[in-house]
Amino acid sequence: MVTLMQTIIAVSDLSKTYASRFQALKSVNLDIRRGEIFALLGPNGAGKTTLISIICGIVTASAGSVRVDGHDIVADYRAARARIGLVPQELTTDAFESVWATVSFSRGLFGKRANPGYLEKLLRDLSLWDRKDSRIITLSGGMKRRLLIAKALSHEPDILFLDEPTAGVDVNLRRDMWQLVRSLKATGVTIILTTHYIDEAEEMADRIGVISKGEIILVEEKAELMRKLGKKQLTLQLQTAVDRIPPALAAYQLELSSDGSELTYTYDAQGEHTGIIALLKALNDAAIEFKDLHTTQSSLEEIFVSLVKDAK
Amino acid sequence: MNVQAMRAIYLFEMARTRRTLLQSIVSPVISTSLYFVVFGAAIGSRIAEIDGISYGAFIVPGLIMLSLLTQSVSNASFGIYFPKFTGTIYELLSAPVSYLEIAASYVGAAATKSTILGLIILATAGLFVPIHVAHPVWMLLFLVLTAVTFSLFGFIIGIWADNFEKLQLVPLLIITPLTFLGGSFYSINMLPPIWQTITLFNPVVYLVSGFRWSFYDVADVSVGISLAMTLLFLAVFLAIVAWIFKTGYRLKS
Repeated sequence: MVTLMQTIIAVSDLSKTYASRFQALKSVNLDIRRGEIFALLGPNGAGKTTLISIICGIVTASAGSVRVDGHDIVADYRAARARIGLVPQELTTDAFESVWATVSFSRGLFGKRANPGYLEKLLRDLSLWDRKDSRIITLSGGMKRRLLIAKALSHEPDILFLDEPTAGVDVNLRRDMWQLVRSLKATGVTIILTTHYIDEAEEMADRIGVISKGEIILVEEKAELMRKLGKKQLTLQLQTAVDRIPPALAAYQLELSSDGSELTYTYDAQGEHTGIIALLKALNDAAIEFKDLHTTQSSLEEIFVSLVKDAK
Repeated sequence: MNVQAMRAIYLFEMARTRRTLLQSIVSPVISTSLYFVVFGAAIGSRIAEIDGISYGAFIVPGLIMLSLLTQSVSNASFGIYFPKFTGTIYELLSAPVSYLEIAASYVGAAATKSTILGLIILATAGLFVPIHVAHPVWMLLFLVLTAVTFSLFGFIIGIWADNFEKLQLVPLLIITPLTFLGGSFYSINMLPPIWQTITLFNPVVYLVSGFRWSFYDVADVSVGISLAMTLLFLAVFLAIVAWIFKTGYRLKS
């Protein structure tokens, strides 16, 4: 029962094969928790947009089921869809309507009565209020992106899907977008975002799912994922460059930089014994002195690349 | 029923008409006026009365029907095709709104526009020729039924079309020729017997005939058959729309 309450979207054995016989999803199972930011990572054509499109009602599933807040997306589509807001990947907007008209239209389309006060606040939060009477065609790309978010939020959804929200937007807008997503999460909205940008997921997500070739290959808490799969490296800058690694240090599988001035030791950060103390002692015994040292941890991007590579 | 959604779609479509007033209303009114100038005043004065009605007055129902059919089809087809073209259809498909509500809203808006246009053309015609409507209620019934039926047809075309050329294809190559050949500008009794029979396969004959009967109490075919045929077209188009939405034809992958 606790699980049921925590899960806001339950995807069960979801498959999709298009008319072209391309199998975009292969028996996908996924639970999204209420109030979390879930990042779905995957290369182009992995099935991210198909998965979102099925949940939102744009694409028909070949098999399997999806429940949104307990409502089946087919049998009880009205209740399911009313809870969802979708920001599509492409900047698909009308051209000649005003900002205010299109946002009002979206709210009505989702069955909500007019609420000028809420829409005003929404447009102000998205820095679009000054352009409320402007025709959409006159907006910049960044404004159109924000307008799509305003449309998706116009009916006060519990769940927001952001399909590649920062694709092709400048750095400042990306930062603004991240800030907006965080503030939405603070109001209790569950956010599912797909992205190519690993730093985006790293920056915002609570949990991360990796999809490749239509299969979810991993779902993990972001911190846990980085802890589990993140390699740590200790780099030592030597006092004097060396030609080769002494045989006595062979067990540590050190890497020597091309100029012989740096030694890199890779270790398991979560291991009980990292071997660092023993290495430093062995270096001392081998009379190799170092003047500085630092550690680095592999980024989510490296983890992602290695996961997708393994899945191939 | 998602009444708010239907209202939103309907008002959105009606707002589009207001934005494109020249194209939606003024242009058909001007072209109809030109028909009256050419056929009514210039040529019509040299044509004998048909069934006791002056030629200028005789063509009024046909002219209204011509605009009604083409505008119903083009309004409804454009209304649903444009979101497909721009990609904004995603919003319709992901909204908590049934297909029936979507179709009713688009078709309702297109039919409203066409009916208004038909009445404007009727008023315009009154400036050129004396108009007498024998059965005003039936006239309105035929007007609204035809507008709804052909708006449904336009909706189907809008979903079927995957480019702008196809969108224009049916109105230009089918609707307009059938209307011209469907007794809009003549009584089919004026045709040789073999062509009278062939003409009966033209569905527009029944629409024009019934509509003209509501004006002048004269008809090429019985008014009962006209009404039955109009309802038959309505039923056929409704069935096709229901099938489209059931299968997601050209809407969902």
